[in-house]
Amino acid sequence: MKKTQKTEILPGTVGEGLAQRGVTRREFLQYCTSLAALLALPPAMASVMAEAISKARRQSVIWLSFQECTGCTESITRSHSPTLENLIFDMISLDYHHTLQAASGEAAEHARLQSMKDNEGKYLLIVDGSIPMGNPGYSVIAGISNHDMLVETAKGAAAIVAVGTCATYGGIPMADPNPTGAVSVSDIVKDKPIINVPGCPPIPVVMTGVLAHFLTFGGIPELDALGRPKSFYGETIHDRCYRRPFYDQGKFAETFDDEAARNGWCLFKLGCKGPVTHNACATTKWNDGTSFPIESGHGCIGCSEPKFWDAGPFYKALSMPVSATTAMLGASVAAGAAAGVAITWHNRSTKAAAKASHETVTVQDLAREEK
Amino acid sequence: MNHLELLTFARGNALNWALMLFAAGVVLRLFEIFSLGRKADLSKPRANSPGSGWRTVFTRSLPAEGMLKRDPVTYISGYVFHLGLFLAIFFLAPHIEFFRSMTGLRWPNLPTPLVDASVVAAMVALGVLLAHRLNNPVKRMLSGIGDYLAWAVTFLPLLTGYMAYHHLFVEYTLMLALHLFSVELLLVLLPFTKLFHTFSLFISRWYNGDIFGRKGVAS
Repeated sequence: MKKTQKTEILPGTVGEGLAQRGVTRREFLQYCTSLAALLALPPAMASVMAEAISKARRQSVIWLSFQECTGCTESITRSHSPTLENLIFDMISLDYHHTLQAASGEAAEHARLQSMKDNEGKYLLIVDGSIPMGNPGYSVIAGISNHDMLVETAKGAAAIVAVGTCATYGGIPMADPNPTGAVSVSDIVKDKPIINVPGCPPIPVVMTGVLAHFLTFGGIPELDALGRPKSFYGETIHDRCYRRPFYDQGKFAETFDDEAARNGWCLFKLGCKGPVTHNACATTKWNDGTSFPIESGHGCIGCSEPKFWDAGPFYKALSMPVSATTAMLGASVAAGAAAGVAITWHNRSTKAAAKASHETVTVQDLAREEK
Repeated sequence: MNHLELLTFARGNALNWALMLFAAGVVLRLFEIFSLGRKADLSKPRANSPGSGWRTVFTRSLPAEGMLKRDPVTYISGYVFHLGLFLAIFFLAPHIEFFRSMTGLRWPNLPTPLVDASVVAAMVALGVLLAHRLNNPVKRMLSGIGDYLAWAVTFLPLLTGYMAYHHLFVEYTLMLALHLFSVELLLVLLPFTKLFHTFSLFISRWYNGDIFGRKGVAS
């Protein structure tokens, strides 16, 4: 077995990097098994993945950050030891990333341009943050507007991964009134395959899982209508929520600290958006599988859905109106009453007119008609 | 417009307009009915019948003698449908949340499977009533487009709500939006169709009971 393993290690590949780091094949297979499960692949695919990733050359990746808060980067770095998610960083050659790269200024930009040149048509472009279209000056890197940098870098990319709700759907910068004219990556780039990995931020293992899929199969996973990998975004939080039985039974927490909340009852009445949010939080969870927002006692805010920031108050139940007010209804009742007065006046005048034009018919008149 | 935006529109502006048209429409129709007035009854009441109107409001909820046997389909389906609809509207937890946000009032909800069963019963009853309406020559002759429209706009919220809850055929967010749109259609049409009996029913029962009481007919 050891002999076989040794013959598989080729210079300059991921396998070589893993061997140098002392990662055993068993550990790596375990990692690939969990990845295969995450990607909803059959268990047998784990060894295929391990084989493919081991033999793959380190994938060149350029990560562009536009109008963002660095939360997505913070999230992906949380794939900490002893989990093996950080292996992904060893499998890829992260040639450009503002936060993580050592280089700065001219040297940083040079690294991006060099990588684009060396890996023309092969590199993977990751984008977080939205792109301002209102004024190029709203967000500039090394004197280049976000729009121009995206268009320039996307040209030679094999595929684009938009991470975070800002890059995928515009996110918070695009929220009403969208002061910078923010748009998503897919609003600008039309001729490249784009994988949307939304979330504010996305789950670390979802980001790394998508990268692993690309490395293994050299292509993009099956996507839904909003460009999200179906394996992670195929179901709603509500469908996989451990509190779902309470929803079905009609047992709800009324406040965040009542007896029902302490018993773990459903948070629907407290504004949980789980029923309309597609993400893997309830299954993969966060912080090394510790928990996810609902498990921590707070409803889902729907951060992986387009326009989630403008989809009504976070603490209003989904069945509550977004903006209806009593004053509004009072005004329409008054309008209805006014229209009622007008109709009454019309009906009464019709009645009065009919009464006024009424002609009395005498017996003589009828007798005349008979003749 | 994606599904969530459609749902936000359904919960937002669309709902606001539907509620405003509903409130204005109901007040307008009530005004219209009450302002018609009646001529003063100058005759002496036949019998002393206090409370005859109020009694009729309740007694007319029961079938007249022999009628249940003569037309069991209409009566039984009618009861099942109205009761099922009432439970679905007022005792599903999300619906109570809606009423709470509008009025500040809240009351206990029923377990969701029970409401679900009542919705199924209501839909089956509506189906039976439609089939009966189409097959019974008298009912068919009496029915017009307004009756079928009223049936459809009542059936749709039940169907879409059921489909949303059970995740049938259409993605949940979109189905929930469609459910709200169907309710909004019902709200807008209710004051101007026969569905206004929701409000006029008890008024007319009271009037009938009272006037017949005065004429000496026991309620």
